[in-house]
Amino acid sequence: MDEYRPPLTDILFVLREVAGLDEVLAAPAFEGIDDDSVEMVLTEVGRFMAEVVAPTNRAGDQHPTVRNPDGTVTTAPGFKAAYDQYVASGFGAVPFDPRWGGGGFPWISAIAIQELMTSANMAFALCPLLTQGAIDALEHHGSEEQKDVYLPKMLTGEWTGTMNLTEPQAGSDVGALTSKAEPVGDGSWKITGQKIFITYGEQDLTENIVHLVLARTPGAAPGTRGISMFLVPKFLVNADGSLGQRNDVTCVSIEHKLGIHGSPTCVLSYGDNGGAIGWLIGEEGDGMRNMFTMMNNARLSVGLQGLAVAERAYQQALAYAQERRQGTAVGAERGTSSPIIDHADVRRLLMTQRAWIDAMRCLVYANAAAIDRSKTLAGAEAEAAREVAELYTPLSKGLCTDVGNEMTSLAVQIHGGMGFVEETGIAQHYRDIRIAAIYEGTNGIQAADLVGRKLPMRGGAVVGEQLDLVDAVAAQLAATEDLKGFGQQLEAASAATRRATQWVLTNAPTNPNNALAASSPYLRMLGTVVCGGLLGRAALAAGAHADADPNGFYAAKRVSARFFGEQILPLATALEPAVTAGPDDLFALTPAQLG
Amino acid sequence: MNVVVCVKQIPDPADPGALDPGTKTLKRDVKLILDESDTYGVEMALQLVDKAGEGSVHLVSMAPNNERSGLATALAMGAASATLISDPALLGSDALTTAKLLAAAIGERDGVDLVISGSESSDGYTGTVPTQIAAVLDLPSITAAKAITVDGGQVQIQRQTNAGYDDVTCSLPCVVSVTAGVVEPRYPSFKGIMAAKSKPVDERTAADLGFDAGQVGWAGAGQEIVDIAAAPARSAGEVVEDDGESYTKVIEFLENLKVI
Repeated sequence: MDEYRPPLTDILFVLREVAGLDEVLAAPAFEGIDDDSVEMVLTEVGRFMAEVVAPTNRAGDQHPTVRNPDGTVTTAPGFKAAYDQYVASGFGAVPFDPRWGGGGFPWISAIAIQELMTSANMAFALCPLLTQGAIDALEHHGSEEQKDVYLPKMLTGEWTGTMNLTEPQAGSDVGALTSKAEPVGDGSWKITGQKIFITYGEQDLTENIVHLVLARTPGAAPGTRGISMFLVPKFLVNADGSLGQRNDVTCVSIEHKLGIHGSPTCVLSYGDNGGAIGWLIGEEGDGMRNMFTMMNNARLSVGLQGLAVAERAYQQALAYAQERRQGTAVGAERGTSSPIIDHADVRRLLMTQRAWIDAMRCLVYANAAAIDRSKTLAGAEAEAAREVAELYTPLSKGLCTDVGNEMTSLAVQIHGGMGFVEETGIAQHYRDIRIAAIYEGTNGIQAADLVGRKLPMRGGAVVGEQLDLVDAVAAQLAATEDLKGFGQQLEAASAATRRATQWVLTNAPTNPNNALAASSPYLRMLGTVVCGGLLGRAALAAGAHADADPNGFYAAKRVSARFFGEQILPLATALEPAVTAGPDDLFALTPAQLG
Repeated sequence: MNVVVCVKQIPDPADPGALDPGTKTLKRDVKLILDESDTYGVEMALQLVDKAGEGSVHLVSMAPNNERSGLATALAMGAASATLISDPALLGSDALTTAKLLAAAIGERDGVDLVISGSESSDGYTGTVPTQIAAVLDLPSITAAKAITVDGGQVQIQRQTNAGYDDVTCSLPCVVSVTAGVVEPRYPSFKGIMAAKSKPVDERTAADLGFDAGQVGWAGAGQEIVDIAAAPARSAGEVVEDDGESYTKVIEFLENLKVI
């Protein structure tokens, strides 16, 4: 029941027809990498993840990681063996610079690999995910020496990376952190302080861990401007590349969590014995900027988790719906028991998941393609791509993780009472994905980022241009026989989103709470409409394959896109009053009255 | 040490396969993958060549539509090159014709020390092709190998039997079919996948291998599929209420199956 089938055809369809893989690969930076290479890599990655990583998923849930009395951490049975095979595969290096041993592939291919790995085992996938974020930060901001020493081993996965922001008093408010860094005088620094919620902060998978740590230097400005980033390895690295002294960083406890039990969430203590030795990355005071390189990368990856776990849960729910027999479906022979997939309401649950999964995949892969284009294009084109990537990142993170929670809930629902029983395994997905709406900036923070930083780009013109693209798709859909209804709904949703956008732009300057009160429904609304536009493109593209569609794949894509357009998208249109209501009723009750 | 491995590209067993009612054969016009049972032969061949320290692994495969996605997997695992036999005239070829064509492709190569194949394919399950290839090439045939050791001009093989295994020694070259599960097939690495793109795949038609259209395909088949029928649906199992003595029923059941 908990088998995973890599949805390669679906992924390749979105890569080619929505995300513009050929356009991405046309850049000189990707010379020698063609569509065929991407397909071959993803085919083998899919098989690897399904056969090697997916079977470890249940074990990770049932055998949560353990912190031993000596501070070491033991991961679930099977994790170490699977990780060793992952390192041997070299799949972690696919999107990185060949100078450090990377494959030089576009980021969009890394996203596809992450999808396959995360569906196979989200808790396991977090380790490579954090490592890739750390690689990205080091590639951008590290010194040449730091890159030479750390990147080759991190690209293979022989060493992993972590991200150390949060402290007990500094969660969403990173500026409140108090960890300290004191210069030693020889170029190194002594780091002291405590960090919490450090994913894979300690593990038994690799011989070394490279911690990227935010801390304050002496005399630093208060708030986020006074934060610097330090590289603190678990074991110091000798000149010949061998591992030396154990650094003064220890795992003092791990959290007992609702989900992702296979991923150790650590409290790390730096400097209990005189100070952990670290090296500054970039300049003093640039810590937040550097960390955002990693955060943006990670935010898209977390959005992807919503998609990936929803996909895995859907596969299981679909299999269950075909096997489980209850009641007699309309039209079935009297007295017979029908598979529940024959009941209309179960169909609705399945179609809703299927349509949203397609929508999320479009959004996340289009986001990744925009990141690639922002790097490979030049001038105004690169800037436009960067704006799209910036706008899409909170949409991918916020929308896909909210929807991931909703879709795994529907997958539990299909299992009926058995869904509430752990034995079926479906509940794990529901629990695992819950964190995705919280970490890497809660979805409330994503919504604030959208209305506070992204919407104001060029006075709202970036959003306006996206809605123009949606309108163009809506017009094409409206002129297509079987997609007319979709086109009309998309046009209406786009118009409502324009009005909502204008309301936020107009009212934000008079009172920031106007924008903040609007932010969450606005994110949902804009995100859903952008998804509608992308799915519309997918539906039109699928139509072009109608003549060569032996398995009905393209026809099915068109139907699920239409279902989204006609039955899900109108819910976004209906959010306009929530966006434009303003904050009055949110604050009308006193805290006492809320009680 | 030059090893030829015969590999079959088959429809993904995870997809519901379909039979063509007209020809009574499996529909094969979908994307094909490397038969999992052949990954053991590929792995064993790679290990033998590694151990010998010289030579290479060459693949031979016959497939419709110049299909090579399954070959790509075996090349990415580490095989050096491949011969792909593909020709519309081959549609409907039976097991013996297949063996003759594969043997012809193997016969084109010089210095072949060993031919390895799986025991049977996971779609057709005829299980006759390896011995037929040996007969056509006039080479010794050893089936059901669970371990292979090469020692000079000889090969030592542990041959799986119902009771255990036989130790078999044979001169090289010979044709060996291997059982599944005896080695752990490697997964292609990223570097392996990229390297596979530039490895040579020589395409051959029936004519290239010296066969005319009448000798192959439906025309040349000496075997006819008379009828096909759906497998019987799984029937309900027997429920045994445990009254403390139910183990006797389990033993009785297993004894009836003659497994204990």
